[in-house]
Amino acid sequence: MQSTAHAFKDNVGTALADPNLQDSLSKLKVGFSERRRQAAERLPEFEALRDRARDIKNHTLANLDFYLEEFERKVIALGGHVHWAPTAADARRIIADLCRSVGARTVAKSKSMVAEEIALNEHLEELGIAPIETDLGEYIIQLRHEPPSHIIAPAVHLTKDQVADTFLEHHRKLGFDKRLTERNDLVAEARYVLRQKFLDADVGLTGANFLVAETGSSMLVTNEGNADLSNTLPKMHIVLASIEKVIPTLEDAAVLLRVLARSATGQESSAYTTLNTGPKRPGDLDGPEQYHVVLLDNGRSGVLGTEMQEILRCIRCGACMNHCPVYGAVGGHAYGWVYPGPMGAVLTPQLVGVEEASNLPNASTFCGRCESVCPVRIPLPKLMRHWREREFERHLTPRAVRQGLALWSFVARRPGLYRSLTAIANRVLSLFGRADGRYRSLPLAGGWTRFRDFPAPPAGGTFHTQWKAARKRP
Amino acid sequence: MSTDRSQILNGIRRSLRRGELAGDGLKDVQSRLAQPPRGPAVARAQVAPADKVALFCQWAEFNNATVARVGAADVPDEVTAFLARNNLPANVAMAPSPLLEGYDWSSQKMLSIRRGRGEGSDQVSITGAFAGIAETGTLVMASGPDHPVSLNLLPDTHVVVLRETDIVGGYEDVWVRLRERYGKDRMPRTVNTITGPSRTGDIEQTIELGAHGPRRMHILVVRE
Amino acid sequence: MVAGVSNSSGNHRSPPRRVALFVTCLVDLFRPAVGFAAIKLLEEAGCTVEVPPLQVCCGQPAYNTGDRATTRAIAIQVMDAFEGYDAVVAPSGSCGGMLSHHYPALFDDQPALKARAENLAGRSHELISFLVDVLGIKKIATQYDGTVTYHDSCSGLRELGVKEQPRQLLGSVKGLELREMKTPEVCCGFGGTFCVKYPEISNAMVGEKSADIAATGADTLLAGDLGCLMNMAGKLQREGSAVRVRHVAEVLAGMGDLPAIGEPETGAR
Repeated sequence: MQSTAHAFKDNVGTALADPNLQDSLSKLKVGFSERRRQAAERLPEFEALRDRARDIKNHTLANLDFYLEEFERKVIALGGHVHWAPTAADARRIIADLCRSVGARTVAKSKSMVAEEIALNEHLEELGIAPIETDLGEYIIQLRHEPPSHIIAPAVHLTKDQVADTFLEHHRKLGFDKRLTERNDLVAEARYVLRQKFLDADVGLTGANFLVAETGSSMLVTNEGNADLSNTLPKMHIVLASIEKVIPTLEDAAVLLRVLARSATGQESSAYTTLNTGPKRPGDLDGPEQYHVVLLDNGRSGVLGTEMQEILRCIRCGACMNHCPVYGAVGGHAYGWVYPGPMGAVLTPQLVGVEEASNLPNASTFCGRCESVCPVRIPLPKLMRHWREREFERHLTPRAVRQGLALWSFVARRPGLYRSLTAIANRVLSLFGRADGRYRSLPLAGGWTRFRDFPAPPAGGTFHTQWKAARKRP
Repeated sequence: MSTDRSQILNGIRRSLRRGELAGDGLKDVQSRLAQPPRGPAVARAQVAPADKVALFCQWAEFNNATVARVGAADVPDEVTAFLARNNLPANVAMAPSPLLEGYDWSSQKMLSIRRGRGEGSDQVSITGAFAGIAETGTLVMASGPDHPVSLNLLPDTHVVVLRETDIVGGYEDVWVRLRERYGKDRMPRTVNTITGPSRTGDIEQTIELGAHGPRRMHILVVRE
Repeated sequence: MVAGVSNSSGNHRSPPRRVALFVTCLVDLFRPAVGFAAIKLLEEAGCTVEVPPLQVCCGQPAYNTGDRATTRAIAIQVMDAFEGYDAVVAPSGSCGGMLSHHYPALFDDQPALKARAENLAGRSHELISFLVDVLGIKKIATQYDGTVTYHDSCSGLRELGVKEQPRQLLGSVKGLELREMKTPEVCCGFGGTFCVKYPEISNAMVGEKSADIAATGADTLLAGDLGCLMNMAGKLQREGSAVRVRHVAEVLAGMGDLPAIGEPETGAR
């Protein structure tokens, strides 16, 4: 998709003024974090599992080439195919060619953030191949021509009424002309409409949560069952996954699964966790005739070995955004590209460029709540700070900020000067603010006083002035 | 393309500041693959054999499945009774499996059984299960001629027959069984681990059952 | 230099006696009372408190803007100013966390400075956790007549584990009733320069915080970081709230009768 990350500040304005979005976010903030907390409490080993999950991903990244080759070997041994895509364009071309090789007119897609990353739908549509999103949330936003606003709950920004309106508009031509009011009716209508599309689809395209090197399996975690229909009913199954999704063994998968579902939705286990290994076997009554895995790099190999490497541990659970107060205020669309929230604030500058996405790692208070819930313990604030350092080194930091910082730094490195200037500032602020105790507006502090009063310091001077005076007294 | 392949692999090696793995480094990862180390033991999965069944049932119900514990001779009766209790049609699609054929379905005069894969219009399916995981109340389905995957997914109601002896503690125990049964390098085409009915929280973060897969899951846990 | 006497664990033999107060730039400029409250609490706990004159700021404005060179220079300045004290105590989780958690990583490529930074880190503490965890203070003999809610400032909570310590001490204050917010652990939206770089987001966050505060019915808001306190006080006052905002050290030091943050001095409420 086209990035609007550069317009972050405008996007924020839109988001804060959208009552439906704010309504949805108020539910998200309470619901996801509370469910995660309860799930973690139900499993005493949860923290130890997080440590292990981090170690597994670190081990894999240190041996990524080996595990990718091993994975490939196993896939081929069981009759599947592996395609290597250095760039998004390569992946789009490979997938389009595969679709055309079976004369595909429709592709049943199950939710894939990597497919969003490479803008696959737009590409397929241009070629006359209809991608059909089958995850309910993805289906809703596809009908509305919107990007996902959350990596595991793509339509989390919408209310039930908005979904009802969307369905009425798009399903009327299929004979559904009643506006629904109940959630279960909306789910049932989508199920009915999509069921036929599954049965008609020529290709099923899924992402993967993990690729298991030991067995050559792609592992998919879902709740709806749409990914499983996508990998079972059509005659070709394409798995699109980025290279860091590979893990060594099924034992490692067990550890990661235990932290994934609990971190994401607070479930003990997602409803469906599926291992797909190669195409239909002799004697099987169903399953695809062809099984293809497309391995996408898109810049990830270049992140290895850098100070940003830890972001490659991410298992896309969404816990960081569910617990992020900034995400909670503005939602996912404000971030302007595929990956929102703290993990997006680290990954997006990598994938679309730091010039385009410079606001994202800056729009954080470094409150650290994301890191405190990350199942693979990614130090997200530290990585956001690294982006700020890179921006600063490359002179991308806004000029006003640089100049202000330079001035502050000049003074802060001269304690004597600093004391004099703060004493003056203290006296002035105290003198004019004393009567009210606070300022309703202040020059150069419009960002503050637009929304808040500014507390005035009480009379008597700075701490250091008072302390020095007190010392001098006998 | 082989050039794309080497571009990615060489890029990784460049970033890791090394060439292709060799020597001890290679031996280490190879032996890690050959003897996969387990993660931290989860106490809940280490339950005594006698408690496994109860734990499985507890978590399956927690995850919105219904469970009936029955003797082998009572399986067909329980299926018919379950369908009647829930006003479900007595037409079922059944997996052509030796396990299920071992029960006497001829006793169920009202029950009409079609054996084969799942179809879009199926209301009820009956399948066996490769294993049950007590830790989370999860069913493990291994695909094959005796177990079409579509039966797990297409019908509105999924009835699963699970033997008590096939209930294990944790995920790792299933991996051991899969390797024993299929060989270390040969997984079945699909292994579905299924925990309760299909669900979605995509509308206002409120769980609704029956998104694309079954909205109702009934598990018959069969005593020896 | 007396190495090894004090560290972050609470089980050393003799408590650190010679304590340096890291005043913090916000306390220095906007709320000197917090510094005097900290000194009172430390002295009553048996410490000799000094205020090293060459201290300025911990460097967070530069650090969080990505200016590593300036941050390093300021960190060295702080290490010089605080050389030789048994402990360095700040009435702020954010500045305390900067010294104890972030300085060492600034000098990964300079072993001598890294060692000095690690030494300082081992001696640096946030005030309330220093009182409770290091000095073993369990209660404070003072009085505050009011219902209080306590906001967990992010760095103190997540970098330094300050959570129960202030509640334990507040629990011993006569006349004080603690009423918890629904989400005391969620950021108030201050974030240093964040609050002026992204004022709309910051406002949404602090607006939510003020609603959470109001819902407790408490008449006083306390926290351990002046930045957060000024942010929340400013929002509450703009909304016309009567909730009074104070640093937790003021209440513990028996200075709860001072005008609250943003309150006029002559204003008899």
